[in-house]
Amino acid sequence: MSVGHSYDAEKYWKANLRLIFGSLIVWALVSYGFAILLRPMLAGIPIGGTDLGFWFAQQGSILTFIALIFFYAWRMNKIDEQFGVHEE
Amino acid sequence: MSQFAINIIFVGASFLIYILIAVWAKAGSTKDFYVAGGGVHPITNGMAIGADWMSAASFISMAGLIAAGGYANSTFLMGWTGGYVLLAMLLAPYLRKFGKFTVPEFIGDRFYSKNARLVAVICLIVASVTYVIGQMAGAGVAFSRFLEVDATLGLIIAAVVVFIYAVMGGMKGITYTQVAQYCVLIVAYTIPAVFISVQLTGNPIPGLGLFSTHVDSGMPLLSKLNQVITDLGFNEYTADVDNKLNMVLFTLSLMIGTAGLPHVIIRFFTVPKVADARWSAGWALVFIALLYLTAPAVASMARLNLMTTIYPDGTAAEPIQYDERPNWIREWEITGLIQFTDKNEDGRIQLYNDSEAFQSEADARGWKGNELVVNRDILVLANPEIANLPGWVVGLIAAGGLAAALSTAAGLLLAISSAVSHDLIKGSINPNISEKGELLAARISMAVAIAVATWLGANPPGFAAQVVALAFGIAAASLFPALMMGIFSKRVNNTGAISGMLTGLGFTLAYIFVYKGWLFIPGTNNLADTPENWVLGISPLSIGAVGAIVNFAVAFIVSNATEEPPVEIQELVESVRYPRGAGQAQDH
Repeated sequence: MSVGHSYDAEKYWKANLRLIFGSLIVWALVSYGFAILLRPMLAGIPIGGTDLGFWFAQQGSILTFIALIFFYAWRMNKIDEQFGVHEE
Repeated sequence: MSQFAINIIFVGASFLIYILIAVWAKAGSTKDFYVAGGGVHPITNGMAIGADWMSAASFISMAGLIAAGGYANSTFLMGWTGGYVLLAMLLAPYLRKFGKFTVPEFIGDRFYSKNARLVAVICLIVASVTYVIGQMAGAGVAFSRFLEVDATLGLIIAAVVVFIYAVMGGMKGITYTQVAQYCVLIVAYTIPAVFISVQLTGNPIPGLGLFSTHVDSGMPLLSKLNQVITDLGFNEYTADVDNKLNMVLFTLSLMIGTAGLPHVIIRFFTVPKVADARWSAGWALVFIALLYLTAPAVASMARLNLMTTIYPDGTAAEPIQYDERPNWIREWEITGLIQFTDKNEDGRIQLYNDSEAFQSEADARGWKGNELVVNRDILVLANPEIANLPGWVVGLIAAGGLAAALSTAAGLLLAISSAVSHDLIKGSINPNISEKGELLAARISMAVAIAVATWLGANPPGFAAQVVALAFGIAAASLFPALMMGIFSKRVNNTGAISGMLTGLGFTLAYIFVYKGWLFIPGTNNLADTPENWVLGISPLSIGAVGAIVNFAVAFIVSNATEEPPVEIQELVESVRYPRGAGQAQDH
């Protein structure tokens, strides 16, 4: 295994976990938050005949998911290189 | 040219393409058969995942469900896309690094136990076969309607086509066929939606049209729709729901189930690098979103179109005469999926919500009950006809619906056949089987699975919705937690994982069976399947998420009470976390 020093390996994994954790907070916020539980709070923001919560439920959450995955892939590939665990 | 001839041309041409691709990409080795030689570009792979994922349920049923339920059924939109976030971050890159062929293989190796592998095989087969039945049945219905043959014959045609390209091609054949199928299905879904969006809102992008102004009334489309349906006693389309706990858990079950379905996970073994596995998930979701962002527009617009067809002069005026009904109603009546009963014998079609709240208004108008029953599943298929679109659009929808059903069926069959030949036969029964023998076993198990699914599709046991819920429940409660713990915890051991999978699965099945009947046999349920009886208002469809939590909890408790996994297993976990070295996996 060419992971390098185990100290770095541990830091690499921590960095990954932090990134995942942050991303999943956003993931939960747009779907379970804005689209479902917090919808009544967003009711005052009108959008095309309905409210922002409805938009998040039918479109906004999906768009956020896409952005999240690409952000994660981009960021993680950077981290791979930074720690020297990327593939040649 | 007749509509029948147009349908034949569209469906025939699309099938010819699929079969040619399958022959061209014929698999040579077992590796080719299972994972397309590991050399598929992330965008190509993303497109194939898109076709793999979007089944008859997404293409045919989903918009109909949203049209009927409005906001409440947004759960399907979020649930079937949000799972990809979990896949991209929690499973796909590490399983790609692990570099084996199948999901049970990872579980067996990580939990150093043949029994764990066997439990995973069982979960996989049950989840996948139940799903295939739905696809075959969907393909059969689409064939019978568009090719004007009877349902059984339609099913047999579907089975033969799936057999040819899945059995001949394996993964490589399926990957490129599914790219073609993705193109067919997305074009078929989008074109009628664009036409309808322009008609109703003047906006050519359906996803934007949904939030635009309705041209005829000058109101926002959704306000117009709310007004029309509340006039007829239905709930507002955009109304909020009361039972938020259930909505959250149902969405979570669909998300976890999506991430745990083996035929999707297997796709991530086919990219060259770990980094590509991450990109693949992103691209897959882009291609899926093209349909999923259009679906809610199709739903609301079709619902509005249906209402204005029945009430051309507004909801305050009388509905249309039955004798003057449009042609599409006549044709769907033949299939029995639209039914009309003239309850008040006035020769008109009264379509409204038969509720107590609306009773006095119905009495005042001389209505004796709702007279038109429209099956939700026909909405997408009938959509072009409802909007009076040209015949070729109808032919296109036929080809698209079949592409969606067949591509998912083929992907599921591949997951089943690899579990049987690779995990069951090579992994347990006969480890010395030759590569040729393994390939033969894979093809035979595929053929058997097709035969079983076709037979069950021809004799539908009458519980399609429950079966889909069961497939997601099983994947969510059994496979996903085991995979995730296998990567993110070094402490979870064989005993913990097996007890976790079994209790998660058992708990989920038991909760479903209590309300739906044991093994779905009607009349054997202990409690009526109504919201008052559900524990904390959690529906049996949503229980998979709770099952997953049970699985996690049991696995951790049992693991901590028993010995640590051996050092080499902890090293295996360590190694799947780091991308470097993944290339080796392709070369053997």
